Amino acid sequence: MKVKMLSRNPDNYVRETKLDLQIVPRNYDPTLHPFEVPREYVRALNATKLERVFAKPFLASLDGHRDGVNCLAKHPKSLATVLSGACDGEVRIWNLTKRKCIRTIQAHEGFVRGICTRFCGTSFFTVGDDKTVKQWKMDGPGYGEEEEPLHTILGKTVYTGIDHHWKEAVFATCGQQVDIWDEQRTSPVCSMTWGLDSISSVKFNPIETFLLGSCASDRNIVLYDMRQATPLKKVILDMRTNTICWNPMEAFIFTAANEDYNLYTFDMRALDTPVMVHMDHVSAVLDVDYSPTGKEFVSASFDKSIRIFPLDKSRSREVYHTKRMQHVICVKWTSDSKYIMCGSDEMNIRLWKANASEKLGVLTSREKAANDYNQKLKEKFQHHPQIKRIARHRHLPKSIYSQIQEQRIMKEARRRKEVNRLKHSKPGSVSIVSEKKKHVVAVVK
Amino acid sequence: MSAARAAESLLALSQQEELEDLPKDYPLSPSEDEGDIDEERKHQKLLEAISSLDGKNRCKLAERSEASLKVSEFNVTSEGSGEKLVLSDLLRPVKTSSSLAAVKKQLNRVKSKKTVELPLNKEEVEQIHREVAFNKTSQALSKWDAVVLKNRQAEQLVFPLNKEQSAFAPIEHVLSSWKARTPLEQEIFNLLHKNKQPVTDPLLTPVEKASLKAMSLEEAKMRRAELQRARALQSYYEARARREKKIKSKKYHKVLKKGKAKRALKEFEKLQKDNPTAALEELEKIEKARMMERMSLKHQNSGKWAKSKAIMAKYDLEARQAMQEQLARNKELTQKLQVASESEEEEGGVEEEGELLVPESVNEIQMDADGPNPWMLRNHSISTKEAEIKYPVQLPEPVAHETSGSEGEERPGAEEEILLNEFEERRSLRKKSGPNQDTEPVSRQEPKDSSSQEVLSELRVLSQKLNKENQSGKQKLSSARTVRAVQRKDPTEEEEEPLLLQRPERAQTVNELEELGKEGCFQNKDVPRSVLEGQKLERSTNNEPGAPKEKKKKEQMIDLQNLLTTKSPSVKSLAVPTTIEELEDEEERDQKQMIKEAFAGDDVIRDFLKEKREAVEASKPKDVDLTLPGWGEWGGVGLKPSAKKRRRFLIKTPEGPPRKDKNLPNVIINEKRNIHAAAHQVRKTETLCCLALLLGRNILVLYGTGASLSIYPPSAI
Repeated sequence: MKVKMLSRNPDNYVRETKLDLQIVPRNYDPTLHPFEVPREYVRALNATKLERVFAKPFLASLDGHRDGVNCLAKHPKSLATVLSGACDGEVRIWNLTKRKCIRTIQAHEGFVRGICTRFCGTSFFTVGDDKTVKQWKMDGPGYGEEEEPLHTILGKTVYTGIDHHWKEAVFATCGQQVDIWDEQRTSPVCSMTWGLDSISSVKFNPIETFLLGSCASDRNIVLYDMRQATPLKKVILDMRTNTICWNPMEAFIFTAANEDYNLYTFDMRALDTPVMVHMDHVSAVLDVDYSPTGKEFVSASFDKSIRIFPLDKSRSREVYHTKRMQHVICVKWTSDSKYIMCGSDEMNIRLWKANASEKLGVLTSREKAANDYNQKLKEKFQHHPQIKRIARHRHLPKSIYSQIQEQRIMKEARRRKEVNRLKHSKPGSVSIVSEKKKHVVAVVK
Repeated sequence: MSAARAAESLLALSQQEELEDLPKDYPLSPSEDEGDIDEERKHQKLLEAISSLDGKNRCKLAERSEASLKVSEFNVTSEGSGEKLVLSDLLRPVKTSSSLAAVKKQLNRVKSKKTVELPLNKEEVEQIHREVAFNKTSQALSKWDAVVLKNRQAEQLVFPLNKEQSAFAPIEHVLSSWKARTPLEQEIFNLLHKNKQPVTDPLLTPVEKASLKAMSLEEAKMRRAELQRARALQSYYEARARREKKIKSKKYHKVLKKGKAKRALKEFEKLQKDNPTAALEELEKIEKARMMERMSLKHQNSGKWAKSKAIMAKYDLEARQAMQEQLARNKELTQKLQVASESEEEEGGVEEEGELLVPESVNEIQMDADGPNPWMLRNHSISTKEAEIKYPVQLPEPVAHETSGSEGEERPGAEEEILLNEFEERRSLRKKSGPNQDTEPVSRQEPKDSSSQEVLSELRVLSQKLNKENQSGKQKLSSARTVRAVQRKDPTEEEEEPLLLQRPERAQTVNELEELGKEGCFQNKDVPRSVLEGQKLERSTNNEPGAPKEKKKKEQMIDLQNLLTTKSPSVKSLAVPTTIEELEDEEERDQKQMIKEAFAGDDVIRDFLKEKREAVEASKPKDVDLTLPGWGEWGGVGLKPSAKKRRRFLIKTPEGPPRKDKNLPNVIINEKRNIHAAAHQVRKTETLCCLALLLGRNILVLYGTGASLSIYPPSAI
């Protein structure tokens, strides 16, 4: 016999623990809540404002170098360890959690031009102006031992950069030519050259590890294949490229930091047109590094600021600067994708948050939920003018600001001239060159 | 001797000297006749000097007139100048011999072979190498295309992308190296082995393993849901059986029994045809039942009813007949005849049927049973009901079915079948619901009215024509317009608006930010002027084709309704000669045809008109109804306030001024643009650029979960 009676599901009104908030029954019929969307809009607006209020990206400054910081390297296994090389030949190893220098080595005479860690994290390599390549142990010397490199290779010419293979005991240096070295040998396994100018940086592809990219001072970017020991292709840009960086998630994408204030993202299979031209800097871009997610990259510039660009946007989403930060020479995005380090002329290494308003430390689940909710709201209402205006606002030092204005005027004048020329010429005789194609001079096979 | 030798050597020396003086092609002369030759030589020299005067250095052929031992290498010349010396020619004077013939052959062969081409330039070779290598690597790289594309298109990426599952190593793996050494350990192991306790590989006994394998969690859930369902059904049938049993009407039971008997017979016959062995078994059962019946005292005319009938039989015809029947039945039963008896089913029948039915429904797996929660189950059933209502094509009368099912609780007989049918239908519906959803909109689409379409197309043609006329007048402008178009296109295409608005001022507090936001909506300074110009231009160009000015007035006279209902007279101007008119008509026809073809699928104008009608409706001021139901009279569900009352409290709003687009058939003018709201609304240009974004995400979709909506009051955030 079944008895029918009125009953309710206790799930609807009983809370799981007494620590939970009381469950309030609620009718979700949208007609009963006509102000739901406006309320969300206000929430989004508030969230955006708070995001800007809490945007305090600067975390720490690591001081200790006695000359400008010329190069930085991440430790492949330890998030807290960072290596830096200075213009006086000093290499320092830092602990980020303690924000202290844990080791100092006088590695070279003159600049430390390049520094890179071995993929296993047991040793690192430096090259300097004294024409040497040195391999060092990551751990410091024992008591009574002298600080000495594991190996030293004396070269004939100055090396300007170094990068280590991602999987094998092979590294590459650049100078007058690109040399591939076996760690066990004192002479290069092969050297590749194309053109006569000095090469400023060389980078291994993290995915297809046999691929190398380099940029030379005769304005070109050259790609090499280590297995076939040949250069592959060369693209010549308007101005000199300072460094390149490969996308860690997309094997064929790399970004080049150029002297003409722009960054160019290329698909290496089609070098004649960059995939994207990233422009916001007002002076030469000196260094670039990808986030480990491959969605964004950070660039360091001579204009005393660093900027974060989304990969698919031509404008930066963030700009960091401080009064004391001078020309930023090198920049790195940490392997946990949360922080950015930059080394600059005035001997400091600065640590920034990659996401300016992110709260650090452990979040409670409710904080996380609120954060996610706000994020979603901001995304939803991002195109509404008030919200957009607030989210886009950034403070800039006056010098950069005025330079931006100046360059805008210059650009506008150039554009106007172009349009006038087009207007007053026979139709078809003058064609408009797109911004992407404008900067590529030639592709050499 | 020595003197002679010395003289000889001297001579040789002088000769050498002379030789050095001589031009190279000069014939050598023997030393004996020096005297004669001296003159000759001088002459020769003279001749030569003369000949060299004209600038051309002639090559003189040297002649050898006499045989001499010394032959200067300088004087070897090709005699028959012009023809080349061939190797085989050199061999000719010698006697032909077999060995030489072979050499000749070889030579010929060598000659016939083509010469090897020059090796390429080193740079060219390198370039070829590079190209090959580049092609190879780019091919190798394109294997990542799919992965990259997937990552780019992914709504959300969670890093690390391929997280390694932290697997628990089973203890036997950890202890694989460990072995029992001490006697105690060995003893324990022996015991374990004896009891078939697994020691090494699986930690579970075979029984446990089997049980684990038998059911996964989902399966178990499903099974449980099924069982619950079955139990519910069973209780339902039990209740029904009890109810039926309680029914006192004898007639009802009689009819029921007869019906059952008939059905049983039919089934049996069917079974005989289909499955003889099963039929045999059934037969045995029937026989057994008959035996039981015979053993009982029924139909022996000893019952109360039989006795009374026997008394009544004398007087009553009907009673007699009943008596006769009873006797016949008795005979039938007592004879050893193989006929199914009904009385057996009298008691067990209902229940048996229930038993039969319940397991059947259990066997049909409900694929999406939601688990043990009965509320969920109820929801589920409700949803299925809705689904049924939604798909009228599939189920012709689902609602009727439903009601019959609910009514049928009192009715015996076909009810179970209906129930079962329902279940089956639901299941099939659920399966088909996917494709059905797709087909629904198509089925809903109304068939198009061809005549109205024609009229509309004519309207379209008319506007097209007007446009054309306008354009011819504006061809001069067109070039300039293209330039502008390029201008407009350029910045939007290549330079997106900066993501950041960089300023030398800081905005750190909420108040400052608020001001920022307010300022932002009226400020257009940062947008480059060209973009603004472009916008203006765009607007103007958009207006141009839409509303040509010359014809506007004429069109205003034409009412939209008239246009739609009556055939519009083609607008003719008297100035245009008739021949041209004809031509135009032809063109028109062509145009019409083309447009018809192009817009065969969708009726743009009708959509537009519909949209406009809706807009007009929406903008009309609405009457305010202030009636309070239940005020001064009875209230409640289904009761309407009286007409008088409604009339009294209805406030009619005065009709506003006529709409500006009243006489413009193809324009909607929105007159209710709220400036204050506009500050918060997404701008047109932005909607264009992020249309896809907005389309993908409906602004009305709320993101807060139920908890977050109810927990956080708006002021808390």
